[in-house]
Amino acid sequence: MKNIHKLIVILALLVSGNAYALLEIEITQGVESAMPVAITPVAGDIPIEAILLESVVFADLHRSGYFSIIDKKKYPQQSVKLDQVDYPKWRNVGIEALLTMTATAAGEGKVRVQFELYNLVRKNRVLGHSVTTNKNQLRKVAHKISDLVFEKLTGIKGAFSTRIAYISEAGSKNGKQYQLQIADADGYSPRTIFSSSKQLLSPAWAPDGRRLAYVSFENDRTEIFVQDLTTGKRSKISSEPGINSAPAWSPDSASIALTLSSGGDPDVYILDVESRKLRKLTNNSGIDTEPAWSPDGRFVYFTSNRSGAPQIYRVSFGGGSPKRMTFKGNYNAAPAVSADGKYLAMVHRNDGGYCIGLFDMERNSFRLLTDGTLDEAPSFAPNGSMIIYSTRHNNSTVLSVISSDGRVRQRLSLQKEKVREPSWSPFRR
Amino acid sequence: MIIRQISVIFFLSLLLVAAGCSSNKTKSETGDGIEDGAPIDAGADSYSSSGLDESGSVILDPLDDLASDLFVRTIYFDYDSANIREDSLLIVREHGKYLSSSPERLVRLEGHADERGTREYNLALGEERAKSVREVLLLEGTREVQVEIVSFGEERPAVDGTDATALQLNRRVEIVY
Repeated sequence: MKNIHKLIVILALLVSGNAYALLEIEITQGVESAMPVAITPVAGDIPIEAILLESVVFADLHRSGYFSIIDKKKYPQQSVKLDQVDYPKWRNVGIEALLTMTATAAGEGKVRVQFELYNLVRKNRVLGHSVTTNKNQLRKVAHKISDLVFEKLTGIKGAFSTRIAYISEAGSKNGKQYQLQIADADGYSPRTIFSSSKQLLSPAWAPDGRRLAYVSFENDRTEIFVQDLTTGKRSKISSEPGINSAPAWSPDSASIALTLSSGGDPDVYILDVESRKLRKLTNNSGIDTEPAWSPDGRFVYFTSNRSGAPQIYRVSFGGGSPKRMTFKGNYNAAPAVSADGKYLAMVHRNDGGYCIGLFDMERNSFRLLTDGTLDEAPSFAPNGSMIIYSTRHNNSTVLSVISSDGRVRQRLSLQKEKVREPSWSPFRR
Repeated sequence: MIIRQISVIFFLSLLLVAAGCSSNKTKSETGDGIEDGAPIDAGADSYSSSGLDESGSVILDPLDDLASDLFVRTIYFDYDSANIREDSLLIVREHGKYLSSSPERLVRLEGHADERGTREYNLALGEERAKSVREVLLLEGTREVQVEIVSFGEERPAVDGTDATALQLNRRVEIVY
């Protein structure tokens, strides 16, 4: 917080001229204890692609919260030929890792990208690859480089090549359009996969990353649909009387936890995907909703107001009496579980409004990650390093990503539309 | 929405009244009715007093009485609460009595929440609110088949805005006949 600096990187339009490609990245919090890393200017003969490559990798690594990308003015070398690193000079400025990249034209709209990663402490090259790709695949290559660098330097699998699903809302009060969209994890390349004049809600990824479940009001009531992302085919999986909402796939894909109120009040049920049989998981006269699975599939976390106000509980997959997980504050809802099963992210109300809170279940400690007035829908990156959520900004709703340690926050400004209900995809299989 | 429906009903009622008047007139012009054969004014056309033709009568629907509790179709709620407030209870009861005495009438209770809190929780909260209203209706003798419930959570606010007034106006159940 002390070292607040603001970096605005506007790029993109340089590259393709596509309107949607205009993205503003805003990094609002500084990093003090993160690993200092250098990224030298991308060399080569195609400056536009070079800028794109560098910007995407820079933004990815910075957003993760694990790295502090050091100002180029401090670099003792502005370009580094293969294995020509002047290690003593780099160590003098306190930089621990160095990433160099080149982008050269390879004919027929293709680009050859080469990158090297050096460990400046151990004084060796730790990573190096070259890849030839179509220009329109350059972002994917950049995210892949970020993934490899991240994994090499942290030991944690990178999640920059993953995607996000979310709901966008456009139009005026009289003619609204709701869209279920999928974009790259940095908010770029949005594609609409379903569009409706009625509200959409709660997109949830299947563990294989190839299907999405979501809630649609297309028939003026809640129903749950599953859409195959390859074929676009939709199927209605739940249309019970009352509420049909909050779908969440089990880690083994065999079940979907969801909220139904056909039994009299909103409770969490387990739908067996194969047999379509329903099993009531929670039983309480108040509200039980927003199920989220533990990564091992043994538990389901959910929101319940059985104590008088919404709190997060946990119940065994087989049923039984739920255990209350949250005690701090009088509004904790929408649990999301980290991939290691150790953390719960949630919506927490405090004096200022609705924020994203993080509960460390092993240490039994809670901390606020955000300070918004209406932050909602936290969703972990599949490697647990970041959390995406929706937040109010300039009278609209945008998506933000915060590192799980709370140090770095970045707004993803998808253009114009209000966007909300983000859901981070699993790793690609 | 409701206002528009009401005004449509009101307008139709006016048409009915107008139709009723003209049909009465037609009938008296054709001399159909109770005529005692004693013209009031010899200079006037065949004007006569007549009885009410019941087939053309106007039945006023109590739902269209602007002064009636039944005209209040939106019930407001406190934050994160599905309890019906004391002042709203009388109104809901009136609807229950009316529905009980008009078993052919159907009603849809649309539950809503303000934008605060999570969307899924608010979906559930909207339904809890609608259920609270239904409970009172049933206590007054309304049959279950007359009542349909739907929750829109925070998805369909009555008004845009984030101030206390807007939030209050959005925490509601709409009684839709």
